[in-house]
Amino acid sequence: MGRFLLRRFGLALVTLWLLSIIVFVAAHVFPGDVGRRILGPFADPAAVASLNHQLGTDQPILSQYWSWLSGAVTGHLGTSLNYRDSVASLLGRAIGNSAKLGVVAFVLVVPLGILGGIVAALNRDRFLDRFITVAGLSAAVIPEFVWAIVVIILFGVVLRVLPVTAQAPEGSGVLTQLEYLILPAIALVLVLFGYIARITRAGMIEALDADYTRTAVLKGLSWATVIRRHVLRNALLPTVAVVASQTGYLIGGLVVIELIFNYPGIGYLLFTAAQKKDFPLLQGGVMFVGLVYLTATLLADIAYSLLNPRIRYGSAE
Amino acid sequence: MATAIDELVALPARQVARRERLRLLWRSPTFLVGLVVVAFWVLCALVGRLLVPHDPYLPDLLSRLKPPSAAHWFGTDDIGRDVFSRVIVGARGILTVAPLATLLGTVAGTSIGLVAGYFRGIVDEVLMRVVDAFLAVPVVITGMLGLVALGPSTATLILVIGFVFTPLIARTVRAAVLAEREMEYVQAGRLRKENALYMMFVEILPNVLGPVLVEFTVRLGYAIFATATLSFLGFGIQPPAADWGLNLHDQYIYLTGGLWWPVLFPALAIATLVVGVNLLADGLAQVYER
Repeated sequence: MGRFLLRRFGLALVTLWLLSIIVFVAAHVFPGDVGRRILGPFADPAAVASLNHQLGTDQPILSQYWSWLSGAVTGHLGTSLNYRDSVASLLGRAIGNSAKLGVVAFVLVVPLGILGGIVAALNRDRFLDRFITVAGLSAAVIPEFVWAIVVIILFGVVLRVLPVTAQAPEGSGVLTQLEYLILPAIALVLVLFGYIARITRAGMIEALDADYTRTAVLKGLSWATVIRRHVLRNALLPTVAVVASQTGYLIGGLVVIELIFNYPGIGYLLFTAAQKKDFPLLQGGVMFVGLVYLTATLLADIAYSLLNPRIRYGSAE
Repeated sequence: MATAIDELVALPARQVARRERLRLLWRSPTFLVGLVVVAFWVLCALVGRLLVPHDPYLPDLLSRLKPPSAAHWFGTDDIGRDVFSRVIVGARGILTVAPLATLLGTVAGTSIGLVAGYFRGIVDEVLMRVVDAFLAVPVVITGMLGLVALGPSTATLILVIGFVFTPLIARTVRAAVLAEREMEYVQAGRLRKENALYMMFVEILPNVLGPVLVEFTVRLGYAIFATATLSFLGFGIQPPAADWGLNLHDQYIYLTGGLWWPVLFPALAIATLVVGVNLLADGLAQVYER
């Protein structure tokens, strides 16, 4: 297991390094003249030159990359042009808020998705199965901002039961904060539900068809025991991996959800960075999102191998 | 000589398979529903201007933000434009950008996938790591970075989405090529010392077109998703287009005041188009991956 995880860790590092090249090329090479791109076509050339000097974008490209990368490795991501504050501390503050929203969404969607998948698998090829599968996947392909708009219209405008912003008033208690987070979380739940339900359903069906399940039934165990002790234990393994990979989708969704609900998280921060052409913040933010995603998948790999004896005792591959 | 005989035997078999697939497609409700929905929006994109009751670009400051009525079926927006007309013609932007971006990504990705799958080794290894790197960040965020760097426009939107999709499509094609390269016809070609380009694009490519087609339709769904989202964020299709995402970008602030009609209808349009394309993709995948 050690070798397996070590290899995964090494691959994650390589991926992060390649991502740094992609991000760097996008932020430093694509714009041509970075200072000009930020200030616009009519800006004073002296101002452009001075901004380029301040950003270090007048340096040779390789030394720019080196100084950015060596800074990023030690946690120094530069200074935001817009907020005039360190990128690392801005990201640190925003991720706390996003994590709250993400946790509320996951706490809702993971049990619901797993339950949906189990119900679908137990009713295989019947109406309930078709309904859960088709509705879940249709919901998953619709963009988050469309769902956000639909839930705002439904709960905020028609029914008027929930607040339509995500940020609770200053100093409000946990319950009020939760109330404000429910609508944005529902929009995320609608997008994430289908994938989790589908993978759970697939895992369930594989386990239901397995020989060990037939043996368990034939030796006279009750159906409930078979499901709980034999089917679910095996069926939920792939779900662990999918839930982790959903963090990627989640963060992508946060950009629009946080914008619509006016919530100061990582997505909102990235959006303003892009809107203000705040390249240091945008670059640092994208790398940070990549880091979060890779950490989540790595943790999922660890959880998966702890839960799955076939990997725990098996070979490295 | 050998190839001529192979073709004589293989061609009817391939034709039979194609006819069988078409027959299955016409029987798949998933595919047909998707086809009807997508065809409707394609029609709107092509001739929408002729079908609408009002000029979709003409502001009317005397009837701003009017609720749905007989004159304005979907109401009017913040500068008095007819929402129904804008929803109908709004199909054009997204149905230009998304297919072109997907096509760009598919052509580039298929070429890279063929090379990686055919040669294996270092090319393959590097490609897979690049795919991982692209997958580590959501498409919307990479797209936003690329569009800010290049400057938002319809052309850069196509370029950026196509570029982001390239490695993903390359990975699918590579997997299909890996299966093909073990086949006898590829080994025979190698023994004949055929040109590698000829082997990849003339011999292998026709045999992986099924997965490529499925991947194209699946990616098209994602491209519509990405185009709509980036336009909604203001980095995609630019004003004065009647694009759905862009419209929502301009109008969603009125939602908190209870003015739902300029927002709901473009949102539903996006939802139906995305679901339609995905149903099409599912139908194709079921037929090709049997």
